[in-house]
Amino acid sequence: MDRVVITGMGVVAPNAIGLDAFRIALCQGRSGLAFVPQMKELDFGCHVAGIPPLSEESTESYLGPLMRTTNSTMRYAAVAAIDCWRDSGLSMPPSDSAVDWNTAAIIGSSLAGMETAGELVVPETNAGRVRKLGSSAIERVMASCASACVSGILGLGGPTTTNSSACGTGAEAIVNAYWMIREDRIDRVLAGSTEPSSVYAWAGLDSLRVTMRKCNDRPQSAARPLSASAGGLVPSGGAGILMLESLASARSRGARIYAEILGGHSNSGGQRNGGSITAANPEGIVRCVQQSLEVAKVKPSELDYINGHLTGTAGDPKEIRCLSNALDRRLGDMPWINSTKSLIGHGLAASGSMESVATILQLVHGFLHPSLNCEDFHPEISELQPRVPQVSLSAPVRIALKTSFGFGDVNSCVIFRRWDEE
Amino acid sequence: MNRAEIQKSFVELVRAHARIQDSSVITESSLLVDDLKVNSTRFVDIILEAEDRFKIEVGDDDMKRFERVGDAVDFIYERTVNA
Repeated sequence: MDRVVITGMGVVAPNAIGLDAFRIALCQGRSGLAFVPQMKELDFGCHVAGIPPLSEESTESYLGPLMRTTNSTMRYAAVAAIDCWRDSGLSMPPSDSAVDWNTAAIIGSSLAGMETAGELVVPETNAGRVRKLGSSAIERVMASCASACVSGILGLGGPTTTNSSACGTGAEAIVNAYWMIREDRIDRVLAGSTEPSSVYAWAGLDSLRVTMRKCNDRPQSAARPLSASAGGLVPSGGAGILMLESLASARSRGARIYAEILGGHSNSGGQRNGGSITAANPEGIVRCVQQSLEVAKVKPSELDYINGHLTGTAGDPKEIRCLSNALDRRLGDMPWINSTKSLIGHGLAASGSMESVATILQLVHGFLHPSLNCEDFHPEISELQPRVPQVSLSAPVRIALKTSFGFGDVNSCVIFRRWDEE
Repeated sequence: MNRAEIQKSFVELVRAHARIQDSSVITESSLLVDDLKVNSTRFVDIILEAEDRFKIEVGDDDMKRFERVGDAVDFIYERTVNA
């Protein structure tokens, strides 16, 4: 069983595209949330979202003619994956290259094809114009549209798949990739997740009234995790992709290493004990955290930092209590904790991977980004407030826990350690 | 449109989907997939665009006429002349 390290990363986030820009945006506490006129025109309750500023021109420089046959789910994943590939020190293969049998892709998504379904397949089908859909409708609407797109660009010959566990998807992809490498099944896995920026992806959440409706005139104040005035999530799109690699493979090619994955775990609360399709069974979260620590051989007291799931909904205090119970640490003695969603909104399936990139950047560069909009800290968890940075802090954090939870009562946790040359 | 105009317009349409971009090597006998390296998945897009561009309809049984440039131009010419 080999150790698993991160040798590359790529990110397409609402507040920045690319690692350097994302690091700066995190450090500056820059919000990527904005008013979206289409959401108002369509009578959504929430008129705010996080849409990555990825221009057509920039995307075309990555994808060329593939632009015509992709949607935002695929474009975000492809740009992040190509950046990750290059960042890990690998050169871009030509379209007729040999197949790379030693690299797999696990690129999850939850609402992968909704944009294409809403804009093309449903209206054209209902209008009796099926024959006019064209060749790319199916590849844009299928759940595995992003992993298939990335695999084709890079010529990947390992298992190429899309996992889907709602908002737990991104972290689950990393956990699954971790075990593939730990079990010596493959040398490298491009792991992460992607989600479209589309009103069709966000409509169901708005109907469920779990989106923020009280800050439509103040978009950058809309995502309010951990605050007393948190009123719902702010939806967003994007992608995060990480190159997971066996330590032996990384060393053999002299790759730069960002961090090691010490362990991770995924489970479900079974929709029992207060759990449901939309709520978590607290015991599921506690067990997921504890089993991650067990796999990682990390004691709760060794954790420096938690990148929480923390969505800005009524679930935040519950999540904090679960983490406190799992670590057996009282709120005032918790590791540092922040919510990247306060800056980029809730990327749904893409959240876990974008936030994992954020976690590793903070470990590598020794800082903690501010958790925005929690000046009015939630009174039920007020003792935690000193452990939540509200301005950017310089902090030599070494071991971090990333938590992600999703509809269906699913949980995934990953434990990262900053790489210090051995 | 006369046949030469149709040929010029159809080659322009095909080039947008072909890996082979040099107009001088695109001849009446060129096969779209084998010679011009059109992705076989995109073959149907060329037919849909030809339908829109030349105001014709291409039935399932007519698709084979689009495998070679010259045959496709003949087909389009026949349909537009007889329209």
